[in-house]
Amino acid sequence: MSVEAFDMGKIDIAWCPGCGNFQIRKAVMAALADLALDPRQVVLVSGIGQAAKIPHYIRTHVFNGLHGRALSPATAIKAANPNLTVIAISGDGDMYGEGGNHFIHTIRRNPDITNVVHNNMVYGLTKGQASPTSPRGFKTPVQVAGVFLEPFNPLAVAIALDAGFVARAFSGDVDRTREILKQAIQHKGYALVDVFQPCVSFNKTNTFQWFKDNAYYLDESHDPTNRQAAFQKATEAGPWPLGIFYVNTDKIPFEETTGLYTQDSRPLYERDPDLGRLAALVDQFKMAT
Amino acid sequence: MKDTRSTGISIVLAGQAGQGVQTVETLLIKAASSAGFHVFATKEYMSRIRGGMNTTSIRIADHAVAAPVDRIDLLVALDKGARQHLALRLSDRTLALAEAQVVGREFDGSPCRFVDVPLTSIATQIGNKLFSNIVAVGAIAGLAGIDLDDVHRAVTRQFSSKDAQIVQGNLKAATAGYEFAKGLAGSHTLPRTGVDDQVKGHIVPSGGEAVGLGALAGGCNFISSYPMSPSTPVLTFLAKHGRDFGVIVEQAEDEIAAMNMAIGAWYAGARAMVTTSGGGFALMTEGLSLAGMLESPMVIHLAQRPGPATGLPTRTEQADLEMALYAGHGELPRIILAPGNLHQAFSCTQQAFALADRFQIPVFVLTDQYLIDTYYNVEPFEVPQVCPVRHVVKSAADYRRYALTEDGVSPRAVPGWGEGLVVLDSDEHDQAGHITEDQDMRVQMVHKRLHKKLPAIQAAALAPSLIGPKGHKNLIVCWGSTLEVVKEAMASLDRKDTAVLHLHQAYPLHADVAAYLGKARRTILIEGNATGQLGKVIHLATGIAIERRVLRYNGLAFSVEDVVAQLREHLA
Repeated sequence: MSVEAFDMGKIDIAWCPGCGNFQIRKAVMAALADLALDPRQVVLVSGIGQAAKIPHYIRTHVFNGLHGRALSPATAIKAANPNLTVIAISGDGDMYGEGGNHFIHTIRRNPDITNVVHNNMVYGLTKGQASPTSPRGFKTPVQVAGVFLEPFNPLAVAIALDAGFVARAFSGDVDRTREILKQAIQHKGYALVDVFQPCVSFNKTNTFQWFKDNAYYLDESHDPTNRQAAFQKATEAGPWPLGIFYVNTDKIPFEETTGLYTQDSRPLYERDPDLGRLAALVDQFKMAT
Repeated sequence: MKDTRSTGISIVLAGQAGQGVQTVETLLIKAASSAGFHVFATKEYMSRIRGGMNTTSIRIADHAVAAPVDRIDLLVALDKGARQHLALRLSDRTLALAEAQVVGREFDGSPCRFVDVPLTSIATQIGNKLFSNIVAVGAIAGLAGIDLDDVHRAVTRQFSSKDAQIVQGNLKAATAGYEFAKGLAGSHTLPRTGVDDQVKGHIVPSGGEAVGLGALAGGCNFISSYPMSPSTPVLTFLAKHGRDFGVIVEQAEDEIAAMNMAIGAWYAGARAMVTTSGGGFALMTEGLSLAGMLESPMVIHLAQRPGPATGLPTRTEQADLEMALYAGHGELPRIILAPGNLHQAFSCTQQAFALADRFQIPVFVLTDQYLIDTYYNVEPFEVPQVCPVRHVVKSAADYRRYALTEDGVSPRAVPGWGEGLVVLDSDEHDQAGHITEDQDMRVQMVHKRLHKKLPAIQAAALAPSLIGPKGHKNLIVCWGSTLEVVKEAMASLDRKDTAVLHLHQAYPLHADVAAYLGKARRTILIEGNATGQLGKVIHLATGIAIERRVLRYNGLAFSVEDVVAQLREHLA
């Protein structure tokens, strides 16, 4: 498949000019095309926020649900039809704030989905409040004295929960982001790709230049199968490592644990209930036998 | 009240949680039903794992019994505290069976006839004091007129996985208890009730199992939920049988995830449900609204318990009707079913899937703790001969999920089947499913998902049941789990001028509801809540206000005697 297969053509995109979302969109489309995926086999699932609009701008199936809830339908979609490639893609407020509980438990559940998080460290659509990843001291119209809360560290949390694939990318580098996304999509199980992204309208601290100056790629000396080393790298902040932090390929995806697909690969929409068996089950409630 | 022969024997087992009341109950029900008695059992229990005082009320009769009675013919107290716990239900017709060594002088001065049954010493003589509950089973069977053979069969089946010595010990224990009871005479005996050949072919499921079986009959193949009393038995049932029937069963991290998973499952072509109670459903309301916007089918089993907040976690109430009716921000259509007995628990749940799938809307099955935890013998549920209609289409390349149609229902495709793309959005959307703020499109979509669907949803409403004499003047109106208790109360009152109107669909109302109400001279509403919620729904839909009301909200289910007494007053 070419990138054009995922192109919506001429559409109105609701992002600010210069937004990092454009590059993330480019990288996602390129990764899907590189993997020779058919748009009809791909579902993009999102919540609410500016990043959450991305499924509308890529030609695939779309489930644009509620704020914070993308991971739950994404899990179920994959479980109901494992033939689909399911990507839950949304912003940092959506995934780490409103959806924080689902983030934790989806990692534990380990569905074979890719979780892409646009991380611009600020709430854009609601006009500039702090996000879970905003740095301490970050001033906003609500956090008038600066953010006081410890920033949420998604990578460290994911590694602590032994997520099977944990990476961080930077929207300013479409090529490397595309490569990371490809590996994440190919990983069998839950894969987290946190993507640093400037917000040109509301984050004057973490700008494109700031990310360029404060991030570096992990080199070959980093062993992504080493969980301790991965955790250590995840706790580094300034400069911030980019790349694939951690990989564990030994985990069984959620949909396989259901046991429904071991003998029968048909998705649920092709299946009918076994009424003969049900009649026999009803009979088991006869006590007088 | 009529004589015991016509209403059977009422037995209450009382004990601490974890004391084995459950085993006694199971064996007794098995022995009695295989002997050909009609059986009925319901429990009330405390929100704790051990200790406290829990009771199971059992009825054994020569005809179908499906409602609780207050009267106790035989009380079996396995622990101290039963007298106080059941004070209002004990009378001189109660035979109290307990071990004096355990209950002490508790029954001194009580109206009941007390029999000291040395369960522990009989069990110890047989070889193990753990047999004492089985001694009790034997004694109850002896008093109730259940054959020892039937008790032995039930005991053998119950302990079939244990080694022969344990089985033998339990059989001996049952015999010893039975013989003890046979040795009692005069006032220390119970009246007898007969058997019925019909019982042989019957099944004895609980309300929770009936809902679970109905879900399977409806083609359910996905359930995501968070455990919450009293809704959990449905989750447990589907977990137990999930692999055999190809059902994905997932315990979600919270009810929010459960609901959103179930919506995702429908999107991908599964037939999904959630099971929850009021507090859990409160967390699902955002997702309910999502189902409304996405036009996703959804089945919600909402087992009610008393609120607000944590309320009485293990007790019963019918107070979440208005919540189900008004839950979810914005305006969305819905159907609320409310089964009145085990057969309806099965059929309503099955139908909920068909209705949800056909109209692409959320459908509630509103039960309560009483119905979920109650069981009795009924004719086997009718398993459908043909698989449920799946309202899913293969998409064409130009597929639009929200194509405007005459009846508001757009053909529902699933991702991965066909040439098209399936696009859903919680934002207002155009026909293709993409975000729009176009005001004309907004209005068209509201008409499509709400107004245009309503006539067919209304036309599909389940007709209420009218029970009682034609040409009645008075009408008793009830809904949900109160059906059988009201029926039995009315049978007992035996009035030629009064009928019962039971609704197993609480919203939208079938047209017959208004018609019946309009014809009745006097109407009386019976509900298990404090404000008469169905009455309000009826008033809103028909303009008819039912002023006479029998309401109960103490956490316990209605009893036949209570309904009889209150109706007698209203009908006087």
